[in-house]
Amino acid sequence: MIGSIKRVFFAEWRKLRRPTLLLGTLGAVAFFSVLVSSLLFLMIDSPNGNGDRGIRITREMLALPSGATQSFSSIGNLLGIIALCVFAAQTAQEYSLGTLRNLLVRQPGRIRLLVGKLASMKIFAVIMTLVSAVISIGVSYALAGGKNVDTALWFNSDGRLEIAKTLLNVFISILGFGIIGMVLGILLRSPISSISLGVLWLLIVENIVGAVKSSTLEWLPGNQLATIAVGGTETISYTHALSLSGLYVGIALVIATILFTRRDVAN
Amino acid sequence: MAELAISVSDLSKKYDSGLAVSHSNFQVPLGTICGFVGPNGAGKTTTIRMLLGLISPTGGSGEILGQSIKSPEKYLSQVGAMIEGPAFYPALSGAENLKVLATLGGFPLERVDQLLEQVGLAERGKSKYKTYSLGMKQRLGIAAALLPNPKLLILDEPTNGLDPEGIQEIRQLLRKLADDGTTVFVSSHLLSELEIISEYLVMLRKGEVVFAGAMQDLFDAQQPFMLVKTDNSNDLPKVISIAESAGHRAHIRDGVAHIEGPAEWAGVLNKLAFDAGILLTQLSPQLPNLEETFFEMTGDQK
Repeated sequence: MIGSIKRVFFAEWRKLRRPTLLLGTLGAVAFFSVLVSSLLFLMIDSPNGNGDRGIRITREMLALPSGATQSFSSIGNLLGIIALCVFAAQTAQEYSLGTLRNLLVRQPGRIRLLVGKLASMKIFAVIMTLVSAVISIGVSYALAGGKNVDTALWFNSDGRLEIAKTLLNVFISILGFGIIGMVLGILLRSPISSISLGVLWLLIVENIVGAVKSSTLEWLPGNQLATIAVGGTETISYTHALSLSGLYVGIALVIATILFTRRDVAN
Repeated sequence: MAELAISVSDLSKKYDSGLAVSHSNFQVPLGTICGFVGPNGAGKTTTIRMLLGLISPTGGSGEILGQSIKSPEKYLSQVGAMIEGPAFYPALSGAENLKVLATLGGFPLERVDQLLEQVGLAERGKSKYKTYSLGMKQRLGIAAALLPNPKLLILDEPTNGLDPEGIQEIRQLLRKLADDGTTVFVSSHLLSELEIISEYLVMLRKGEVVFAGAMQDLFDAQQPFMLVKTDNSNDLPKVISIAESAGHRAHIRDGVAHIEGPAEWAGVLNKLAFDAGILLTQLSPQLPNLEETFFEMTGDQK
């Protein structure tokens, strides 16, 4: 059982590590990490704010132990959308290319195939998280001096704990987005449809619904995952976001697993 | 009968649109090459997918290498397959695509280079799959099917897109595999190729098995026939009438009359046609062949 899951893991990793996908994705991760971190510090004195949706993050806030990961945590949403696209494409392409039949002939245990693929994509998400963390913390540190932001507390024991917590939270958030992408890939069996629907929902539908009725933000799945990345907000607690996301992702996974294991592979 | 590689009993698959495979019964002995033929939509690919555990039968049962098709994990490690054409990742090279499958199946990666060599892709193994011609893709599909060093090889249209030389190479490869003890179950529209290499045959028509058994048994049950052409094509229906009046089954296909009857009757037919004022420009007695038999049995006549 474990042996065959390991084989699926390494087979999937062969696909994920191809330069166009790995370097392309990490390039996008690096771009957003540099952009968000730079804006946070370069617009520190802007009256329009330097954070998400015009929020002002002051020098005093950035000087706290959580200052090093301030930009990293706010990138979580973007990283999540990248993960959703990668997970959805990697899953749905097996249907659209017809390669699923090859995989199932070599590994007929469908749950093993699913678990192995998910494990491999988790490692991909870990790499994305680490690269983003290193770049965003590095850029923040490099820019902090020029903007008179005190970094004395960033790397003391409290600061290191904040970094570890944020790494974990961003990873959970990215993984949640990724699993939603994977589920969409299984449901829709088309990379374009699953990515379009996922991105449309997260970037447009949730924002419109949230703007029309702000109380819905407590229940919308994308917002819960974004809340996990920042460790909770004033309106939504971390525990609420984590448990609700777990419920959504769990239900989606169960539905996808049933479909994946029972559906005929006829394409 | 000898030990069986494939055995299906009442195997059926029903979709909302109707029965794709209806109560199929056939057996394929170990170590033989078995042709699997039928017109498009006859249920060949559906049957193959059921044998490989990709789709669930709605009725009946089947065994592959002595194991129930309900438990594909028990036999698929000994089965190689190419279903409905090759399917690989366009952005990966041919070799890398094979390595994905080798890793998944737990086969040694060294086999990838051997197989690329075997199917004539050694020089293009590092090229991306998306740059391959149809023939090269087909060869890669066959290489993938050979990865497990299979006891049973199931190939769906393996010669699609291959040039005559490639077809001959694949024929020789299949013959060699069978000589080494591999059972080959191959579907193809190239009936003349199947006739050369197959010892057994399963023929489907509209989801039903119309023949399953040794190729020779099929031919033994068929009548010899003759191919007839006239100098005026309008005379062909008259020749058909003459033959039918004499108690011989006949039909026209591709502008040629196919008339059942022994070679000795050719002279009689020639005289009857001459008496009717019809000039025959071709009158060739033929032994039964797979193509003729296929059209006869599947009713797929043009």
